[in-house]
Amino acid sequence: MDIAGKKLVAKALIEEGVDKVFAYPGGMITDIMDELYQKSEIELILARHEQALVHEAEGYARATGRTGVCLVTSGPGATNTMTAIADAHYDSIPLVIITGQVPQHLIGNDAFQEVDIVGMTRSITKYGVTVRDRKKLGRILKMAFVIASTGKPGPVLIDIPKDIQIASGPPEYPDSVSIRGYKPNESVHIGQLKKAYKLLKSAKHPMILAGGGVHISGAEKELYEFAKKMHIPVATTIMGKGVIPEDDPLYVGNSGMHGRFAANMAIMECDVLFSIGTRFNDRITGDLNEFAPNARIIHVDVETASISRNVVVDIPVVSDAKLALEKLIEWAEPMKTDKWIKRIDEWEKEHPLAMKRPSYGVSPQAVCEGISDVFSGGIFVTDVGQHQMWATQYVRLDGGAQLITSGGLGTMGFGFPASIGAKIGAPDREVVCITGDGGMQMNMQEMATAMCHGVKTVTCIFNNEYLGMVRQMQQLFYGKRYGITSLRKQSTWRDTSKDLTNREAEYVPDFIKWADAYGALAIRVTEESEIFPALKKAKESDIPAIIEFVIPPEEVVLPMVQGGKAMSEMIL
Amino acid sequence: MGKVKNRWIALYVENEVGVLAKVSGLFSGKSYNLSSLTVGTTEHEDISRMTIGVTSDDVTFEQIKKQLNTMVEVIKVVDLTDLPIHMKEVLFAKIKRITPEEKAEAFRIAQTYGISVIDIDRDAVLLESTLTERRNNELCALLRSTFSHIDIVRGGAVAIEGLSTSCR
Repeated sequence: MDIAGKKLVAKALIEEGVDKVFAYPGGMITDIMDELYQKSEIELILARHEQALVHEAEGYARATGRTGVCLVTSGPGATNTMTAIADAHYDSIPLVIITGQVPQHLIGNDAFQEVDIVGMTRSITKYGVTVRDRKKLGRILKMAFVIASTGKPGPVLIDIPKDIQIASGPPEYPDSVSIRGYKPNESVHIGQLKKAYKLLKSAKHPMILAGGGVHISGAEKELYEFAKKMHIPVATTIMGKGVIPEDDPLYVGNSGMHGRFAANMAIMECDVLFSIGTRFNDRITGDLNEFAPNARIIHVDVETASISRNVVVDIPVVSDAKLALEKLIEWAEPMKTDKWIKRIDEWEKEHPLAMKRPSYGVSPQAVCEGISDVFSGGIFVTDVGQHQMWATQYVRLDGGAQLITSGGLGTMGFGFPASIGAKIGAPDREVVCITGDGGMQMNMQEMATAMCHGVKTVTCIFNNEYLGMVRQMQQLFYGKRYGITSLRKQSTWRDTSKDLTNREAEYVPDFIKWADAYGALAIRVTEESEIFPALKKAKESDIPAIIEFVIPPEEVVLPMVQGGKAMSEMIL
Repeated sequence: MGKVKNRWIALYVENEVGVLAKVSGLFSGKSYNLSSLTVGTTEHEDISRMTIGVTSDDVTFEQIKKQLNTMVEVIKVVDLTDLPIHMKEVLFAKIKRITPEEKAEAFRIAQTYGISVIDIDRDAVLLESTLTERRNNELCALLRSTFSHIDIVRGGAVAIEGLSTSCR
């Protein structure tokens, strides 16, 4: 018997095992939403803004490894999702975004709340399509879930016109689907992998560079085993942080723009670089001509197009990380790398990663260390900026801890909603959001989502009164003209903007009063002795909690490599 | 990076709304240099074939092919650059406000190039040329230097793999 399109959508979501749908109502999606509301299998999470809603689905997807599902209306509902869709695209996060659309006879008429959302998101989705035939709805929905979650995962957008939502049609939701233009790589070329292994084995100074792809593939254990068996030191990208336990002697640290001195030096000096699950983003390579100048490079990536795009490599291996590592482990034999590792240790001793303790306020390093201790093994979600870099430097990932961060797009406003989504996906784990006062203000309306759905998140706001990452650039490269990065009242900034200690202008908002207005727990920390008690209190809280850490504005993220410079040119 | 030169791709794609926009959007979005793009249906009505000309170095060209391959709507990418192919382009040239002597000259040019005069008026002729892109370029240059009032419409190259010979 034929059923309405909206009923098939509900059936598809249930058959895919979807338990949470991040949703925001509107005229052109109400049919589907009403249908889902009647299904006990699915909980609708009502966000307060569509951008935040997609970030919540990203957090959910990263915390659970499952596909995040979003439901929004046409027009502004759809356009609001775009920043977050781009974020998911760059960080390979599996999402299915269903947008309502005006009825087909109105498409192209500039109808109320009509936009060409498929056209607008073409370059930031893995696949996107408007359903124009009710008969194809089932196949398209199946395609969406398959494409989003396989190969290099990513966001898929399905735009469903109102008339398709209510039209009767076939009730079938297919178990599988064959797509002639989409064949994700599911095997590894053994010959190529052998060549890679031989080259790696011949190295005197081998390095492993592991990226977020290792996490996506679930190959953390395999990578660790491989590194240990071969006795090869490991550096990570920020997306790869946590692929091996951070207290292991083989772990060198993060490399890149704000990476550890030792990690960047090791990549500069290595003779074979085994890179896996990284696309050699410019934040990792710096000046391409100076990147790993002495090394022959092996690159394992699941997507052919990621190979030899930024860095031309010597041995490309198109493969899922786990698949390749499982094979490599079979062959692995220990290498004589003691001298090389000692050399790296010397670099680390030369310029260890540590911040100077400030004379007042709290040190970002101390906060990060406190968070690592109190929430050991938790999920740490960051926003974008200085606090994010401090988190990648000083938050320890041990005991299954996970870092969720906006790596590729660098989306301010990501952190807080993503932490809500992560907690919704993993309610039994501790989830801590680490954010700045700037990024917090980009999606702070989501406190209502956390309160209304009883999502017990802990949010640590690093308040240094500035958009700190840009302020740091202004300090180093723009003559200390801080006006436009100060978040204090602007009336006097021209006169005082060079003086970071001048606090005459008022700072808004008062985060304590703000949290209070939502009924959340709020704590302000101004002394280092208060860090632990505050974190413990937040951890024990039954309601969402925020802690505002007052950070001296002059704190900077170091080391730093200026964009476009060689990785050896670190400001220490 | 290799030499920057003209290269050709045949692209089999789903015959669906938005696919042309997606393919051309890839070229503009990633700053690839697209010199020609034609599209038409094939023996299968649900599959279109594009003939795409690009100007690029080796490394960029490899990346273009890979990026095209990642698209769900792209069924197959064929690199025509070094294959035996037959490639032709349709060109129309309308030559206007000409004297009887100039008209005779237009006919002589058509005969020499082996192309057709498909329409005629008191002081104008319309030529139709299906030649290689290079031959059409030469024809254009000649027409421009011979006549003052011409309209030229070109269609972009269409190519198919050859059997035993090549003509491009």
